[in-house]
Amino acid sequence: MKNRIQHKLKEDKKILSIYFTAGYPALNDTVRIIGELEKNGVDLIEIGLPFSDPLADGPTIQESSTTALNNGMHTELLFEQLKDIRKTVSIPLIIMGYFNPVFQYGVEDFCQRCQEIGIDGLILPDLPLDVYLKDYASIFKKYGLVNVFLITPQTSAERIKEIDEASDGFIYMVSSASTTGATEGFGLAQQNYFARITALELKNPQIVGFGINNSETFQKATQSAAGAIIGSAFIKHLTINGVDSISDFIKTIR
Amino acid sequence: MSYNADEKGYYGEFGGAFIPEMLYPNTEELRQNYLRIMEEPSFKKEFDQLLKDYVGRPTPLYFAERLSKKYNAKIYLKREDLCHTGAHKVNNTIGQILMAKKLGKNRIIAETGAGQHGVATATVCALMGIECVVYMGEIDIARQAPNVARMKMLGAEVRPALSGSRTLKDATNEAIRDWINNPVDTHYIIGSVVGPHPYPDMVARFQSVISEEIKWQLKEKEGVENPNYIVACVGGGSNAAGAYYHYLDNPAVNIIAVEAAGKGVHSGESAATSALGKMGIIHGSKTLLMQTEDGQITEPYSISAGLDYPGVGPMHAHLFTTGRAEFISITDDEAMKAGLMMCKLEGIIPAIESSHAFAILDHKKFNPNDIVVINLSGRGDKDLDTYIDYFEL
Repeated sequence: MKNRIQHKLKEDKKILSIYFTAGYPALNDTVRIIGELEKNGVDLIEIGLPFSDPLADGPTIQESSTTALNNGMHTELLFEQLKDIRKTVSIPLIIMGYFNPVFQYGVEDFCQRCQEIGIDGLILPDLPLDVYLKDYASIFKKYGLVNVFLITPQTSAERIKEIDEASDGFIYMVSSASTTGATEGFGLAQQNYFARITALELKNPQIVGFGINNSETFQKATQSAAGAIIGSAFIKHLTINGVDSISDFIKTIR
Repeated sequence: MSYNADEKGYYGEFGGAFIPEMLYPNTEELRQNYLRIMEEPSFKKEFDQLLKDYVGRPTPLYFAERLSKKYNAKIYLKREDLCHTGAHKVNNTIGQILMAKKLGKNRIIAETGAGQHGVATATVCALMGIECVVYMGEIDIARQAPNVARMKMLGAEVRPALSGSRTLKDATNEAIRDWINNPVDTHYIIGSVVGPHPYPDMVARFQSVISEEIKWQLKEKEGVENPNYIVACVGGGSNAAGAYYHYLDNPAVNIIAVEAAGKGVHSGESAATSALGKMGIIHGSKTLLMQTEDGQITEPYSISAGLDYPGVGPMHAHLFTTGRAEFISITDDEAMKAGLMMCKLEGIIPAIESSHAFAILDHKKFNPNDIVVINLSGRGDKDLDTYIDYFEL
């Protein structure tokens, strides 16, 4: 059987992916947020495993991570919360986090738990391509997990091809040189970048992340890409409006 | 066995570059060029000239007669405290500002804890007329006001790190985030032998002038290049890396690394990474670090801000696990006492970081003919408030 991510990407629609930090706003919101997102037509969910030192994240996700950790979120608890998730949720689920908590849990144990629960992939921005290929690719494969790599406007064509070769789901296309939550919008530089990537004719579809916060940026990002990811803007919405109003947020996107 | 970095930046199983893709082009540019640039005659000439005329090198290797008498060994002090700006940190910032110029960068960022590296960076940026932004934890800004003022006088912008615990590790995170947002024109001057490859190796090479000088200075004074012991304090570990560098592959030279035990290794308030740390990833490097069982990085404690780091450079993690270096933890109280002893016995007020290194003299037994070189990494002017509070002066 193919992985749910690969299935989803075959559908003829633009993917809306939402990131949220597990354990935020409240410790036990995880399952409810996932359920609400699926109910409101989200195609793919990235569940953030909070980390004390999230290097690639801007203030919004940093603060949500700190709150989640203070609330008591930890790796084993997240797995515990998710253990029955496949009884109710069928869209692809990805765990996104930093490498150290996964490394401490044990990479193979972590991947095995993911498979048991029905997690489809991982995004670990600070696990570099060469280390993944050398030490972990076979483990990910064994447990049916898709590993998602990032590319940025500065990534060379040569390296993008290497990343494409190592990927079997989608490529996370970071929209600009920034940490998460940047709001500079999508101008000419992004359009040129998107066009350059399209011209490479990669085997993996691309999903755009960073800087998508409303319908306009979602439309622009998905003109050439297969989908787009919203993180910081969703977390801000949760902070202000709470978990009850998730449908309001999704309606503003599409 | 080699104790230096291999071409991928590994010291045994430690090191490497565990960085998000956003940082790959920056570190890759540096990795591809740093060794070549450091070998260029024009680079070497300018680096050596600045170390001589601006920093004041070579720093003396001083035979500490009264200290030697007290501990019944031949104790020499490598006087990095006499460097311009008051500590060894400037050896690295001189090297890196020249590197940044060669790479065509026109903006510098740095992290700082107590402010010593921030001052050393602001200094070389002033010297070269390059824009400088220093990230510093909000809590450190409050407790290190004189160094904040020095950086501002030198023309640097000091930006508070407001995330996490608002100290050194968070300042480092903020500097890395800045670099992600400014990937083309900016060079990040890391202050210690930490971070992703090639930083640990590059910083160690810039600091290696310390042991290069010790070798010929000792030859002049004792007729031998090698001491029996080389001693240095380790936070991230840059002064230690420099002091050990040319002795790493010579097993006749015993290496002693001194960590901050804070209020006691098992008090819950400590920075003794070798004793308390486990292998993991911090700031782009696989090394020993203090963390929860769950892999969250914990906040260390030491009375000395320069040793208050939850990790240790990958070189030192390797020296520890292979047994090449002996690691000793020194408490706040032992370090403060040793600092005061140095004042009374030798007329030198050491930085509290360096005081930790002197405190091992009460722990180790040496033979009368043993040559012991202790790296006096910085002077204590910056620590006067702490000394005053501690001793109620």
